[in-house]
Amino acid sequence: MASNEEILAGLAEIVNEETGLAPEAVEMDKSFTEDLDIDSISMMTIVVNAEEKFGVRIPDEEVKNLKTVGDAVNFISGAQA
Amino acid sequence: MVCALTESDPMTRKVVITGLGATTPIGGDVPTLWKNALKGVSGVRTLEDDWVAKFELPVHFAARCTVPALDVLGRVEAKRMDPSTQFGVIAAREAWADSGITDIDHDRLAVAFATGIGGVWTLLDAWDTLREKGPRRVLPMTVPMLMPNGVAAAVSLDLGARAGAHTPVSACASGTEAMHLGLELIRSGKADVVMCGGAEAAIHPMPMAAFASMKALSTRNDDPQAASRPYDLHRDGFVMGEGAGALVLEAEEHAIARGAKIYAELAGTSVTADAYHITAPDPEGLGATRALKAAMFDGRIQADDVVHVNAHATSTPVGDKPEYTALKAALGKHLDHVAVSATKSQMGHLLGASGAVEAVLTVLAVHERKTPVTINLDDQDPEIPLDVVTSVRDLPEGHIVALSNSFGFGGHNAVIAVRSL
Repeated sequence: MASNEEILAGLAEIVNEETGLAPEAVEMDKSFTEDLDIDSISMMTIVVNAEEKFGVRIPDEEVKNLKTVGDAVNFISGAQA
Repeated sequence: MVCALTESDPMTRKVVITGLGATTPIGGDVPTLWKNALKGVSGVRTLEDDWVAKFELPVHFAARCTVPALDVLGRVEAKRMDPSTQFGVIAAREAWADSGITDIDHDRLAVAFATGIGGVWTLLDAWDTLREKGPRRVLPMTVPMLMPNGVAAAVSLDLGARAGAHTPVSACASGTEAMHLGLELIRSGKADVVMCGGAEAAIHPMPMAAFASMKALSTRNDDPQAASRPYDLHRDGFVMGEGAGALVLEAEEHAIARGAKIYAELAGTSVTADAYHITAPDPEGLGATRALKAAMFDGRIQADDVVHVNAHATSTPVGDKPEYTALKAALGKHLDHVAVSATKSQMGHLLGASGAVEAVLTVLAVHERKTPVTINLDDQDPEIPLDVVTSVRDLPEGHIVALSNSFGFGGHNAVIAVRSL
């Protein structure tokens, strides 16, 4: 079971791997599309990599609700609980 | 800059070459490629990959690009492209920078970028992922990465080319067919500038096994650098290469208006089909002969204008001779005065990219008036009495023409004729 800080750090690593964005740019209040400029194809890659890293399942219908990095961290945290 | 059709009759528009780019097994850019092509080096190496032993491949060597695409593009950009597209984008960027074009009407800029096989790494990696990890792990970028038009699309996106992005696919004739299409696009008035080229990245165990299975590849595992030996009596197949070549084709009046550096004229091109056999060349070279004659007719070229040929010459026992027969039929007695280079001896066979890289070399030969060399010709096949260039030859002054041939499985024949200014 990972803490929110650990989930954020792990997610930042995945985002960096996919987009090249610096991990420290991946903050809780950042919007994936507006702030981080992540398109839908990159988002799906990030989701699938997060599923593998955190051992959770993020259903497709849930992905559109993950507007910010914080949304994703909270969802993963809840799914792990 | 829009060139109105009234400025020149499209069917007689002259097309010139104003930019060159390449990434190959003997150089990661055009200056390095040219230097090595004149020197005569081999880009063929024994493969260190685990899969050679794992799958007990009969061929243990290939000609990889000297500069890995990852080093040029960086990780993030590279991971969204199949390796073939990576090579294509690298070559196209070099050609574009070389052309010096800064201000252009993007609606008049087209792309004709070929591949023989396309995204084979992406396709087979995705298949492995599906079998090992299931459908959810198959990357969402898989389709745009594996599609054969992926390279033309990526180049179009990169340059903002909106007059159409085309992908001629004709096996090992693809790169030369791209030049043919580029010329047609400019002559017909559909574009003023075309980024032409070819890209291939098929040094993967499956294509290596498949080409070996049809006995197309050399098996000279004990001496890989001697394996690609076009016209030599002891040739036993081609060597798999990879990479890309790119050329900026431009309407002459467009190039002159912007004060461009012009390498040469793309005077004529042609494409024919053998309709003889799916893989074997017509033994009499009839399709190749028609292609040579058609390209010369297209460029209003007489046999004695031709001083140099960059031959297809892959080093297969059955392939090299019909090309000689065709050259003899097209050029007659004048063939004795034509310097022939078989550059696959140095870099192997880049399949759908070969015609594009060889076009780069042919343009430079005409522009620099020097021929690239053929290596490994120790014992020339007496049935192929060509004047093969084994050390750099100077080409004459005045208006000269060089031809470059490419032939592909499926009976595809493509020829370009390049004329000096």
